[in-house]
Parts: sequence; structure tokens; C-alpha cells
Amino acid sequence: MTQTLTRRQAFEARQRRRATTLAVGSTVAVLVALVVLIPLAPGWEAVKRSFFNAEVFAKTFPGLLNAFVLDVAIFAWCAPLIALLGLAVALMRDIRNPALYPLRLLAILYTDVFRGLPVILVIYLIGFGIPGLGLPRPWNSPYIWGSLALILVYAAYVAEVIRSGIESVHQSQRSAALSLGLSPSDAMRFVVLPQAIRRVVPANMNLFIALQKDVALLSFIGPVEIFRQAGVYKSLMANFTPYVGAAIIFLCLTIPATRYADYLMNRQRKARS
Amino acid sequence: MVLRLENIQKSFGSNVVLDGIDLEIGKGQMVCLIGASGSGKSTLLRCMNLLEPIDDGAIWLDGQDISEPGLDPQPVRRRIGMVFQSFNLFPHMTAAENVMLAPRRTKGLSRDALNAPVSALFERFGLADRMDHYPDQLSGGQQQRVAIVRALAMEPEVMLFDEITSALDPELVGEVLDVLRALRMQGMTMVLATHEMGFARELADLVCFLDNGRILEAGTPSQIFETPEQDRTKSFLSRVL
Repeated sequence: MTQTLTRRQAFEARQRRRATTLAVGSTVAVLVALVVLIPLAPGWEAVKRSFFNAEVFAKTFPGLLNAFVLDVAIFAWCAPLIALLGLAVALMRDIRNPALYPLRLLAILYTDVFRGLPVILVIYLIGFGIPGLGLPRPWNSPYIWGSLALILVYAAYVAEVIRSGIESVHQSQRSAALSLGLSPSDAMRFVVLPQAIRRVVPANMNLFIALQKDVALLSFIGPVEIFRQAGVYKSLMANFTPYVGAAIIFLCLTIPATRYADYLMNRQRKARS
Repeated sequence: MVLRLENIQKSFGSNVVLDGIDLEIGKGQMVCLIGASGSGKSTLLRCMNLLEPIDDGAIWLDGQDISEPGLDPQPVRRRIGMVFQSFNLFPHMTAAENVMLAPRRTKGLSRDALNAPVSALFERFGLADRMDHYPDQLSGGQQQRVAIVRALAMEPEVMLFDEITSALDPELVGEVLDVLRALRMQGMTMVLATHEMGFARELADLVCFLDNGRILEAGTPSQIFETPEQDRTKSFLSRVL
């Protein structure tokens, strides 16, 4: 077998074996150091009791999982609305008709304001402010206004991402569409936009992963989702382990999603080069 | 007379690209624009398709001044087809979808209604088995032929070709020139910016040598290629022939 390898292949195989050995060795060394060194810290026993309590973990985990359904639900109704509003705002910023100039101005103002504010501040202002108008049920629900806050903030980012995608489509595509006699709006709708949206899928994926996490911020205005539920358990059991449980649940969703977004991004980079 | 250009002026900032172009293109004629890069050939074609507004002068299409500022360019562009150096096919659509988009949207024809005539066009240019391929699955020559079919599907009266073989590998140039030859035989009115001197010599009715935004010399292929009068034409031809 080995004699069929060329000199180059044999050399590269040796290099690969060497790299693998080194990588495994150094990883094991770091893990051993962590396992040995962390328990040596003076507060380790206390931390272990209050953050990594198996009994508390087992007791609270199902309840946390249940509360997480609400996070997923909030995400599920916000995401499509964010995509729609983001697209609308991105298109509004390209309006050239002078009569519709106010729309364009509004879109610019909107993206500036909502990208410039901390999410939690928007959630407070809208989530407490609008129900403060004394609206009747169900219009005073924190679910509605909290979701609106998330939608407004995230659509501003999505709009900017889509706009960058539109600008990345080469001018010659638009020229070709116009030269065939298509109207400028048809050129946008059938030629530029489909290409732009495909290109920004990975970037938007990252935004939606961030949204997944920021749903937890709604807990500050009322909804008992996973973060708030973990807080309730913490108070009941005087133990921080529920927060670790919540973190694990989030990671189970966000890590695969992040990996997938990276995969898409890499595939795109390869396709373009 | 299909197209008449009258004293076309065009600048980009302080850079004068077209400096008083006069040209008449008769029905069924083939006019070739030759000249060095940057002499204004591409810009002239883009102006004729109204992709670039001209600064001064006039462009007459069948007696209508299409360079009138504020004129709706869409009906004009449907009558004047254009093919680009870089193909510019829409990469997210199959070849057939590329061809059908404009007739569907501007003439309100359905895919079903277009299927037969579009298939016939693909057939005619040897692309029948490529209709459902995406642009990146086609060779450069095939892509450019699809781009020509796409422009032809609008049934234009004039076709503009902007150095359509310049981005092709040498062995693929022939198949695209064959398409142009076929169009020429059918009597299509054509204006080409081209570096294919042999082709211009063989088929053009009129060859125009552009230099610094002016038509320095125009005439039949034999006049331009065999007995050029201007020194700049001679030196250009000696470099490219």
C-alpha cells in the first residue's frame, strides 16, 4: 500500500499524523489541567453545590423545558413578521419616486433609531409604555407589545442586511433586465431581489439566532418564559442550578443553528471563489 | 432608415466619451463599430438602448426622437434588443426562464403560450437540450447564445451586440459568430461593437472606426480594411490584424 504513495503523498500523510497527534495531546493536557485545577479553587465546593446540583437539575429541568415552549412560540410568531417588515423597509429605502419620499425618510429614520437602541430599552419603553395607555384586554398583553419591540428592533437589522444584499448584485444584472424592456420594479422583483435574498441567508440566520436568545428579555416585562421560570426555581430552592439547565436548553438550539449558518456561509464563499 | 444618430454627445464628469456621433442605420443593415478600448463603442450602444442618457444630440427610431428627456424607455427597449460582453444571464433562472421572463412580464404572455415559440428559438440555435439548465451549467458560448435568444424572444427590430465574443475562449467564438451570421441572413438590423475584424470584413454593410468618441472614418469593409484613409485607422488596423 505504502509503495503506491508518491513522495508528496507520503510526506503529507506524515504531516497529517503529526498534526493530529499534537492536537489530541494538547487538548487532553488542557482538559486534565481544568479538571485538576478548578476543584482546587477555595470556593469550588460551594459553587458545585449551588450551580451543579444534580438533584435540583433533575427536579427543575422538565419545568424549564415546558417554559421554553413559550420562547419558541414567541420566536415563531416574531420571525416571519421580522422578515416581512425587514424586506418592506429595505425596499422603502430604495424608493426614487419623489411623492413617496416621506416613506424613504421614514425607513432611514426607523433603521437608525432601532439599530441605535439597546433591545431591553425598547422592550421596556414599548412593553410598559403602550399598555400604560389603559388599553382593554387583550390589548394590554405584554406578549403583544414585547413581541412588537423585538420585531421592530430585529426588522431594522434585517432591513440593513437585505439592503446590503441588493447592493451586492452587480449593476449589469439590472442593465440586462432593463434592456429587455422590463420595468424597474420588475427588474427588482424578478432579477435583483431573488439573488440578493439568497446571498444574505447566512447573515440573516445569524440575526435569527440572536433573536432566539433575546426572546428571554421579554421576561423583564412579564411573560414567564424559561429565564423567568429559572428565576422562580432559584428563589424556591435557593439554588442556581436552574440557570445552568436553562443555558443548556438554549445551547441545544443555538449551537446547531450557528453551525448550520456557518456551513451556509462557507458554502457560499466557496461557490463565489 | 431604422435608426439615425445625430451629433451624439456624452460625458462622464469631465471625461468626454462620445463627441458628436452621426450615424444612419438602414433596415436589415449590419453596422460594425471598431476601435480601441475606451473609444466609445460600448457607451454608444448603451446610449442607443437608453441605458445611458445622452447629453446632447438626438436618436431617431423610425422617425421618433427616443432621446427625448423624460420619455418612457421601456417601449423603446422592447424594440431594440441588446446583448452584453459578460452575457448577464440571470443566474437564479434556467435558460428557458431567462428567455421567458421579459415576454411574460411585458407582453402578458403565459408560460404555456410561450413554450412553443421559445422552444423553437432554442431549437434554431442548437440549444434544445439546454433549456432547463442553469447558466452556471452552460459553457460561455452556450450562455452567450442563450443571451441572444433572450433578446430575440422580445422580437426586436434592431439588435445591439456589445463585444459579445470578447469574454469567450477562442474555441467558443465560432459558435456565437455562427448565430450572428444566421441573424444577418434573416435580415435582422444589427449594430455590433466588435474586435472580430474578419467577421466585420465578411458581413458588415458599414464599418465605423471610432477614435476618442468620434467616428473618424466610415465605409464599406473593403474601404476601411483595404484602403483606410486616416493614419489612426491604419495604425489601429496594423495592430489588430
